[in-house]
Amino acid sequence: MIKRRKIINQIALFICFLTAVWGLFWLFFILFDVVRHGLTALTPSLILNDPAPPGVSGGGLKHAILGHTLITITATLIGVPIGILGGTFLAEYGRNWAFSRIISFLADIMVSVPAIIVGAFVYALFVKPIGHFSGFAGALALAFIMIPVIVRTTENMLSLIPWTLREAAFALGAPYYKVIFQIVYRGAGMGIFTGIILAIARVTGEAAPLLFTSFNNAFTSYNLREPLASLTVTIFQYAMGPYEDWHRQAWGASFLITLFILGLTLVGRYLIKRRFKH
Amino acid sequence: MKKYLFIILSILLLISCKAKEEAPKVSGKTLNGAGATFPYPLYSAWASAYYKEKGIKINYQSIGSGGGIRQITERTVDFGATDMALKPEEVEEKRLLQFPTVIGGVVISFNLPELGDKRLVLDGETLCKIFLGEIKNWDDPKLKALNPGVNLPSKPITPVYRSDGSGTTAIFTHYLSDVCPKWAKEIGFGTSVNFKAGIGAKGNEGVANYVKRTPYSLGYLEYAYAVQNKIRAADLKNAKGKIVSPSVESFKEAAKTSQLDPAKHFYAWMTNAPGEGAWPITGATYILLAKEKAEVNKEVVKFFDWAFQAGDKTALELHYVPLPEEVKSKVREYWKNQGL
Amino acid sequence: MATFKREYLFNSLFLAITALSSFLVIALLLGIFLVLLKESLPAFQRFGFLGFILSSSWDPVKENFGGAIPLFGTLVTSFFALILAIPIALGIAIFITEVAPKSLREPIGMAIELLAAIPSIIYGMWGLFTLAPIQSKYIEPFLQKTLGSLPYFGKLFSGTPLGIDIFTASLILSIMIIPFTASVARDAFQLVPPVLKESAYGVGATKWEVIKDVVIPYCKLGILGGIGLSLGRALGETMAVAFVLGNLNQFPSSLFSATATVTVKLANEFTEADKDIHLASLFYLALLLFIMSFTILAIAKYFIQRTGTK
Repeated sequence: MIKRRKIINQIALFICFLTAVWGLFWLFFILFDVVRHGLTALTPSLILNDPAPPGVSGGGLKHAILGHTLITITATLIGVPIGILGGTFLAEYGRNWAFSRIISFLADIMVSVPAIIVGAFVYALFVKPIGHFSGFAGALALAFIMIPVIVRTTENMLSLIPWTLREAAFALGAPYYKVIFQIVYRGAGMGIFTGIILAIARVTGEAAPLLFTSFNNAFTSYNLREPLASLTVTIFQYAMGPYEDWHRQAWGASFLITLFILGLTLVGRYLIKRRFKH
Repeated sequence: MKKYLFIILSILLLISCKAKEEAPKVSGKTLNGAGATFPYPLYSAWASAYYKEKGIKINYQSIGSGGGIRQITERTVDFGATDMALKPEEVEEKRLLQFPTVIGGVVISFNLPELGDKRLVLDGETLCKIFLGEIKNWDDPKLKALNPGVNLPSKPITPVYRSDGSGTTAIFTHYLSDVCPKWAKEIGFGTSVNFKAGIGAKGNEGVANYVKRTPYSLGYLEYAYAVQNKIRAADLKNAKGKIVSPSVESFKEAAKTSQLDPAKHFYAWMTNAPGEGAWPITGATYILLAKEKAEVNKEVVKFFDWAFQAGDKTALELHYVPLPEEVKSKVREYWKNQGL
Repeated sequence: MATFKREYLFNSLFLAITALSSFLVIALLLGIFLVLLKESLPAFQRFGFLGFILSSSWDPVKENFGGAIPLFGTLVTSFFALILAIPIALGIAIFITEVAPKSLREPIGMAIELLAAIPSIIYGMWGLFTLAPIQSKYIEPFLQKTLGSLPYFGKLFSGTPLGIDIFTASLILSIMIIPFTASVARDAFQLVPPVLKESAYGVGATKWEVIKDVVIPYCKLGILGGIGLSLGRALGETMAVAFVLGNLNQFPSSLFSATATVTVKLANEFTEADKDIHLASLFYLALLLFIMSFTILAIAKYFIQRTGTK
């Protein structure tokens, strides 16, 4: 009897081991594929050249890289301050208010809302009425995705600062906002920064919300009031097309994006771990 | 922390300064257009040359004719492009202007490894049945009858159609409606129809991609895409019963009998044309302009006027048929009448 | 005294700014809901609620739209993705918390989290260029020969294996959503009071029996929450599925059929719907998807909160 249970135990635990292998297998398979195809596509011309018409070789991704960078930076500039301020309210001024729990809960759900719906929303609000697609609308869509993420991470990080620290500052006569700026933010700074990094990593990989907002541009442009190309939408466009050259560029773009995002994610996670070791 | 903020702010300042340099006052330096994937290789080539010559960017995005119509109706782009001409009433209703730019052919591309160099012959009825899902295999007797002496395998056909709103679909389904009463009754024609069989791909690009990589598939494709990607295209039996191959000549034959009339905003179909050597699935592609945007329209018209003068060679290289001179004059007159 | 008043003013200002920022979250939520509602009104008025979700026609020519197929497609792909993902995710959580040597725990955990960090468009590209051909050449024909010959169950594996179908899409989805359940389950498992486990060991249970009969029942709510998160993510996934599903408006007859989901339909047809009622129907689908995923995520988060994990 015992023997049978022991065997079942071994088998079950071995199966669990296999599941881990399954998960890791796909991870390495996908990453390996991206690296394999992407590295061969990675030439200086890929990054420095403007795009070429379909069927013509020698095009590059300069327009997409620049456009995507512009959009992401703008989104960060819009989303981060609002996110931090919102999280500050939930963790500080509003911490005893019941409604804050509700806001927090809703923000948590918003983190996982389908990105394409945010895109449709921004289209209805900022593209149709204005009359053209714009990089700014794309940045707005990304910002709307970032805000709940940053609100939640900021709220969490700020809540970790012990209340006694704030009390000490109050006892010295400091007004609440000074307490927040000079004590709480200082202490949680690294955590908030990590939250920002992870939010950027999340948002850089989005394509769906950009499809109907920043649209696409066949030329290199720095103007946020115009449609802008982005790496993710360009990958979508090129991968769905028939030209071999386009496929090659799509892999190159995939490689760049994956490198960037995984890099940021690993840095972010590493920073979190370091913070908690202290 | 402060140091990083300063660095970020200064980078942004630099970028915004650069943006101011490039920022046009009234979209003067960049014109945004969107629509049909049908002429995309051509418009793209024209835009590239135009930019080199005049420094004006024509940003054309191929999202399908349905997209072109919608985006110009909503005035979210400077010009829209469609292979399905809007009826004159629709053009008036949406306060648009419409004119053709070039003519092209829709071909039946396929992926049949066993065929080798032999040609594949199809006709309207078999195409109809294939896309209705009634002919399921390559070695169906109807296909065999059209292709004696060809070893057709016993494999299922995968039809590929357009999943997005497409003028190419409109031209193709208009042809099917012409030759196949069942199709006309059950499905009809338009940029987006209720296909009964096969898989959907986005854009002519997507169809070319799927057909290229999926053996035993068959899809309707604008000719330039088939040629550029070295995909085989079938010959068709036309209205006169002759078997024609797709080519600039057979497209020209079909275009001869069409009536492009400025009074009707050039609304016309060229499918199932009566000529001896006419390609049965031919069509023109159009540009749509928002009537009230005079400034922008002037710029767009300048671009296409330049293309009419200097772009014929590129069009022929890419297997499109440039508009005959009479039609070009009609289009220029149309522009003049609209004050452009 | 003057500075006191000024400080007070600054404080109130800051309070107002932060409060407004946090209200923005609610404004966003309400905004999305209201905008979707407004834009889908024409379709709602024409087709109604039941009429829309039960109608399988999507006919732009005849202007008759029904959401049955995309809604069904969304549910089916997510369902199959869950079937493939949940056992794996639980197995991984068990492996990390109970079986793996301590030094390997962090790296493996981190590696699994990376699966969630890979952008979905990369999954889509890889799916189209690498997985789909492998599926159509090797995996799907193999499954057809083996499992396809079983009665009833075998019908799931009929049809031409093109690689562009529900099976491939669900497989890719399942890989993407593993981390959500795995990390929630991991956290839940680690919150089990050691006393419970030790008492089980004390009466002679094997490790697996402890997991099966003590840990998992204790963490039921948390695990359900994790499953809910994975489901919510699967419902809303666009790019990974758009490449490999085909957007065919037909009820799938087997795992090897192409079909449509709400997100794929939106991505393909949104900028191109030239008739107003077409666009309104797309917004209608978006609204339904929004309500569905919101509800599932809300329930899932609630479960997770109840178990005290983050």
